[in-house]
Amino acid sequence: MTAIGVEIAVDAPEPIVPGAPSPQPLWLDFWRGIADDNPVMIQMLGLCPTMAISNQVSNGLGMGAATLFVLVCSSLLISSLRKVIPNEVRLATYILIIATFVTISDLVMQAYFPLLSRTLGAFVPLIVVNCIILGRAEAFAGKVGVRRAVADAFGQGFGFMVALLIMCIVREVIGSGTFLGFQLFGPHYEPWVFMIMPPGGFLTMGLMFLTMGWWGERKKAKLAEVAK
Amino acid sequence: MSGHEHSHGAPAAPTPDAGSSTARLLFTLAFFGSLGGGILAYTYQQTLTPIRKFAGEKVEAAVKEVLGGPATIDTLFLVGDKLSQELPAGADVLEATKLFIGFNEAGERIGVAVEEWTPGFAAEVRLMVGFNPTTGALTGFKVLAQTETPGLGDKIAKDTSFASRFMGKIVNPLKGTKNPTTDPSTVQTLTGATISSKAVIKVINKAVETWKPRLEAYEKGGGK
Amino acid sequence: MISELSWIFFSTLLINNFTLAMFLGLCSFFGVTTKMDTGWRLGAANTFVLVMTAVAVWILNTFVLAQAPYLRTIAFIVVIASLVQIVEMAIKKFLPVLFRELGIYLPLITTNCAILYLALTQTTRGYNLIEGIVYAIGGGLGLTLALILMASIRERLDVADVPAMARRMGLVLIIAACMSMAFMGFAGMGSTG
Repeated sequence: MTAIGVEIAVDAPEPIVPGAPSPQPLWLDFWRGIADDNPVMIQMLGLCPTMAISNQVSNGLGMGAATLFVLVCSSLLISSLRKVIPNEVRLATYILIIATFVTISDLVMQAYFPLLSRTLGAFVPLIVVNCIILGRAEAFAGKVGVRRAVADAFGQGFGFMVALLIMCIVREVIGSGTFLGFQLFGPHYEPWVFMIMPPGGFLTMGLMFLTMGWWGERKKAKLAEVAK
Repeated sequence: MSGHEHSHGAPAAPTPDAGSSTARLLFTLAFFGSLGGGILAYTYQQTLTPIRKFAGEKVEAAVKEVLGGPATIDTLFLVGDKLSQELPAGADVLEATKLFIGFNEAGERIGVAVEEWTPGFAAEVRLMVGFNPTTGALTGFKVLAQTETPGLGDKIAKDTSFASRFMGKIVNPLKGTKNPTTDPSTVQTLTGATISSKAVIKVINKAVETWKPRLEAYEKGGGK
Repeated sequence: MISELSWIFFSTLLINNFTLAMFLGLCSFFGVTTKMDTGWRLGAANTFVLVMTAVAVWILNTFVLAQAPYLRTIAFIVVIASLVQIVEMAIKKFLPVLFRELGIYLPLITTNCAILYLALTQTTRGYNLIEGIVYAIGGGLGLTLALILMASIRERLDVADVPAMARRMGLVLIIAACMSMAFMGFAGMGSTG
């Protein structure tokens, strides 16, 4: 019995890591993060920064870029070191790696984008506990090759940015009457200040989920009709 | 730990590094910890200059603004509970608590500027406050940092008419009111930002109350 | 002294509520709040970790990190992860029933941003040990309050007839918006002071 078991193991082309994602073309690894598996809208991760800093488009761009940087760098490093990092301490190691990249982006932002760094405040160091990054490290980067890991990181990073920017645009345009600081509606527009305050964040995201729910239901109804 | 138990309990599960030694685990963590620390120390060194430059420029601009464009500025440092012209050796100029004295072209003192804030209150506001220590009249204030509600409370920083309401008011101490006023020690608060306006008034009162005696003690001591 | 401490406590509990005004710990806020019991238990566990973090951060800031501020984020997250691990082992040993109920959400406390936020804010505001602890208790009870309120509403929603398009998260977020709006009313507190 054991001999057969060993033989099978030797025949296998590659040692299969338990729970590894099934092989897919590279562009799909990228695209999945933006659409079908969007970190915010589908997986519902990283909600805290998405709501907390989405009252201005410039905040969204800064936050999205910082998160993308951390996500890509940590995925790259974790994937290339995945055979060296012992399984027992992998999460602790991931957190160390992520925290290093987060502090780098925090320092660089303070040095070269001081105003942005001041508005984002504690939410830059808080990227460490953004579940998207640790989630991708654990579910993807720690189990696949470097190229797939990086494609996936770019996809998830841009997916996060897209969701963030949708929120930012809705909230800034309605709540301040501006886009990236430029006046849109002239001096007589009374901004809906509510939208850039905390409840506005919950409301905007709620409306986003309602729209997606409505769209999903409509699609389902159409499919049912076709089936008839 | 659970990885150990797992590999013993179910030998069929081929975890790639089942049963790594404790030494290897500790080594991995120590390695990544010190690598991260090293990289960060380097990044910190590299970014320190621009970060400090910005912080210094910000303070200087704020001082100039609240004193109405002085010709020259003198800086005094708070050492212990006394003002002094010199910092003790090894102390960081940026981190030190400072009082700025502004002079006009004729060499007359037009006012002093200090940084003050409200610790632990609902509204955290950090201001640069400029006042004339002889008369107690305000020469201006500038919001350096605040955690106010965007759109409402942050009017204290964005609404320029609000700052002008404080010009020339006598801190004795300052009070707030909701109605327009001509009283020299009362300021009209901003509609929709009453709490934040009151936080500003609180900080200004605190600044004058703490710094005026300090300056007087310094001058009695012969300016040393 | 007492008035400053009570200010810290009430402003963190109500005005700057971690969940409803600062958007912290939303993962567990939306993930765990389907049942009242788990809601308040997770809140209690979070509060406990918050208080321990406040103490640990004070020790770190006072004795270790003064020379190397750039190591703050790394040091804080390592300390938080270890604390959560210790709490998890303690609960597993002494309260096995609770351990089974909390399940996956215990290790997730590590990635609850409220904890790291507390550590960072405590540092930038320069709180001393007692202020830090009061801040942690206020923040933790605020989290718990939000969790309980949300859980009690969602228990009712279970038996309500909700339109299909709002079933996933839409309605829950709109409810959170209403709660957040209600909490904004507390901003008037202390304005007479």
